[in-house]
Amino acid sequence: MFESRLLLALIVVVGVPLATIAYVWLVERLVGLLPDRTRDGIRPWLWVAPGILLLTGYLVYPTLNTLYLSFLDANSTEFVGLANYRHIFTDDSFITSLRNNALWLVFLTAFTVGFGLLFAILFDKVPYEAAAKALIFLPMAISFVAAGVIWKLMYDFQPPGRPQTGTLNAITTSLGGDPVAWLLNQPWNNFFLIIVGVWVWTGFALVILSAGLKGIPAEIIEAARVDGATEWQTLTRVTIPMMGSTIAVVATTMIIFALKAFDIVYVMTSGNFGTDVIANRMYEEMFNINHFGRAGAIAVILLLAIVPIMFFNIRRFREQEAMR
Amino acid sequence: MKSTQAMAMPRSESRTRPRTNRFLRRIPLHAIIVFLVLVWSVPTIGLLVSSFRPANLVTTTGWWTAFVPPWNFSLDLYREALTARGMGQSFVNSLFISIPATVIPIMIAAFAAYAFSWMRFPGRNILFVSVVGLLVVPLQTTLIPVLRLYNELGLTGTFTGIWLAHAAYGLPFAVYLLRNFFGTLPRDMLESAFLDGASPFTAFFYLALPLSVPAIASLAIFQFMWVWNDLLVALIYLGGAPNVAPMTVTIANMTNSLGGGWQVLTAAAFISMMLPLLVFFTLQRYFVRGILAGSVKG
Repeated sequence: MFESRLLLALIVVVGVPLATIAYVWLVERLVGLLPDRTRDGIRPWLWVAPGILLLTGYLVYPTLNTLYLSFLDANSTEFVGLANYRHIFTDDSFITSLRNNALWLVFLTAFTVGFGLLFAILFDKVPYEAAAKALIFLPMAISFVAAGVIWKLMYDFQPPGRPQTGTLNAITTSLGGDPVAWLLNQPWNNFFLIIVGVWVWTGFALVILSAGLKGIPAEIIEAARVDGATEWQTLTRVTIPMMGSTIAVVATTMIIFALKAFDIVYVMTSGNFGTDVIANRMYEEMFNINHFGRAGAIAVILLLAIVPIMFFNIRRFREQEAMR
Repeated sequence: MKSTQAMAMPRSESRTRPRTNRFLRRIPLHAIIVFLVLVWSVPTIGLLVSSFRPANLVTTTGWWTAFVPPWNFSLDLYREALTARGMGQSFVNSLFISIPATVIPIMIAAFAAYAFSWMRFPGRNILFVSVVGLLVVPLQTTLIPVLRLYNELGLTGTFTGIWLAHAAYGLPFAVYLLRNFFGTLPRDMLESAFLDGASPFTAFFYLALPLSVPAIASLAIFQFMWVWNDLLVALIYLGGAPNVAPMTVTIANMTNSLGGGWQVLTAAAFISMMLPLLVFFTLQRYFVRGILAGSVKG
C-alpha cells in the first residue's frame, strides 16, 4: 500500500514535468511539419491548450452547469423555475448567513487593510522591519483549520468560579470581570470569528501594502517635508493617497476572501449560534440536506455577489496593461 | 521638526545619524511595535506550549501556568496524535496531495504564460483577461458539477482527482503571476535568440524559465501552502476517507468528534503547521518578491 503510493508519487513528481515537457516538444515537432504561415497561427494555441482545457473543465463549465442546476429540484431531475431562489430568500438561516457575510466583508476588509497599513507604516521606521513583518505574516502559513484550534485556546470558556483555560477569559477574570462565552453570544460571536480571519490575513495585506509604500519615490515625501508638512500631514495627504491603487488591490482581495469565507466558521462553530456564512450554508445544503438545486442557487448568489468585483478587477488590470 | 539638512537627505541616511538621542525619542515607537508583534504571536505561542503539556493539565489550567514551577511537559499529545489519531498517515497524504498539485499547475501555467507574453495570436488579450477574471470565481460554484463528473469517472477519493482540481483552481493566479514576470524579460535578448535560430521551445526552456526562478519559486511556495492548508476541496473530492485524508481533514474531523479528548488537537495542529512554517522561514524572501510580481507594479 505504502510502496505503491510512493511509486505513484514518484511517477507524478518526476513524470508530470517530463510529460508536460514532452507535450511541448511533440507540439513543436508537429508544428514544424506545417507550412510557415499556418505554423505561427497554430503554435500559440497548442501552448495555451492544456491550461485552457483545465480551466474550462474545472471553472467555466461547472459554473455554467451550477447555474443550470439551480433551476432544478433536489435531485436535478425536474425543472422548478425560481423555486430554489424563492426558498432561499425566505429561509431565515440563509438571511442570517447573508448578514454574516456582510459583516465579514466590512470588518475583515476594514481591519486587515487598517492593520496592514498601520504595521507597514510603523515597521518602515525601524531596522528590524523584516523580523517584525515575518512574525505578522506567520499565520498565513497556518491552515484555517489549525488556526481554528489555536483560537479555541484563546476563546475557551469555563463557568465562573472555575480556573479559566482560555487566554481571553483569563485576562477578563483577572481584571475582575466575568468570563465570557465568546463564541456563543450572538451577534458578537461573528466578530470573534472575524478576528481569527484578521489574524490570518493581516500579514498578506501588510506585505503588499509595505511593498506599495516602498514604491513611493523618496523625493516626493521629502518635498512634502521641505514644504513644512508635519509627519501626520505627509502621511494622510501624500503617502496614503499615493498608495491608493495598492490599497484597492488589497481591499478587493479581502472582499473576495470575505465572501468565500468557509474554513474558520466550519471548524469553530459549524455555523451554529447564528454564525453561518454563505459558503457553509451551501456545504450544508449539499452534503447534509442533499438538495443540489438549493446548493446550486446559493453558489450562484455567491457568484453574483462577486461579479462586480470581477469587473472592477478586469478594468483595473486593463488600465495597468495600458500603462506597460 | 528636524533640521533642514536632515530633511534634504535620503531617508536611509537620516535614519542612522544622531544615534542615542534619536533612539530615546523612538522608545515609544519601539514599544508599540514590540507590543503589537507580541500580541499577534500570543495565539501561536499558546498552541505551542499547550501541545507539550500533559492532557489533563491542558483542560484544567491555562497554558501560561506552564511557565511557573512545577514545570510539567510531556510528548504524550504528539504520540497520541501521530499514532492513535492517524496524523502520521495524514501527513504523508498531505505530501502526496501537495507536491504534484504544485508541480502540475506551474508547468501548465508557464507554457500558457509564455504564449501570452511572447507569441502573437488573435484574441490573445481577451483570452488572458478571461483567465484573470476566473481568479474570483468562488470554488463553491464549481463543486457540484465537478463532484458529479468525478463520481461518474470514479475519480472521487483518488489523488489524481484532487491533483487536477487543485491544479485547475491554482491556474488563474499562476498564469497571471508568470505572465507578469515573463512580460518583464528583456525583449532584445529573446529576439536575438530567435535571430540566432532558437525555437520557442529552446527560448522557453533555456532563457525564460531559468530567468524566472524567483517568480516560479514564490509561486511554488504559494501553491504549496494553499494546497497544504486547503480544507474545502479535500473534504469534498476526497470524501473524508481516512486513508486518503490530508491533515486538514483529519483535524477538522477531530474537532467535530472529540468531545473530551480535544487536547490532542493542539499537537495535531502543530504537526500540520510544521512544514509550511519551515518552508516559510527558509524561503520568506521569495514571498515578498512573488507577491510583488503578482500585484504591485512599481
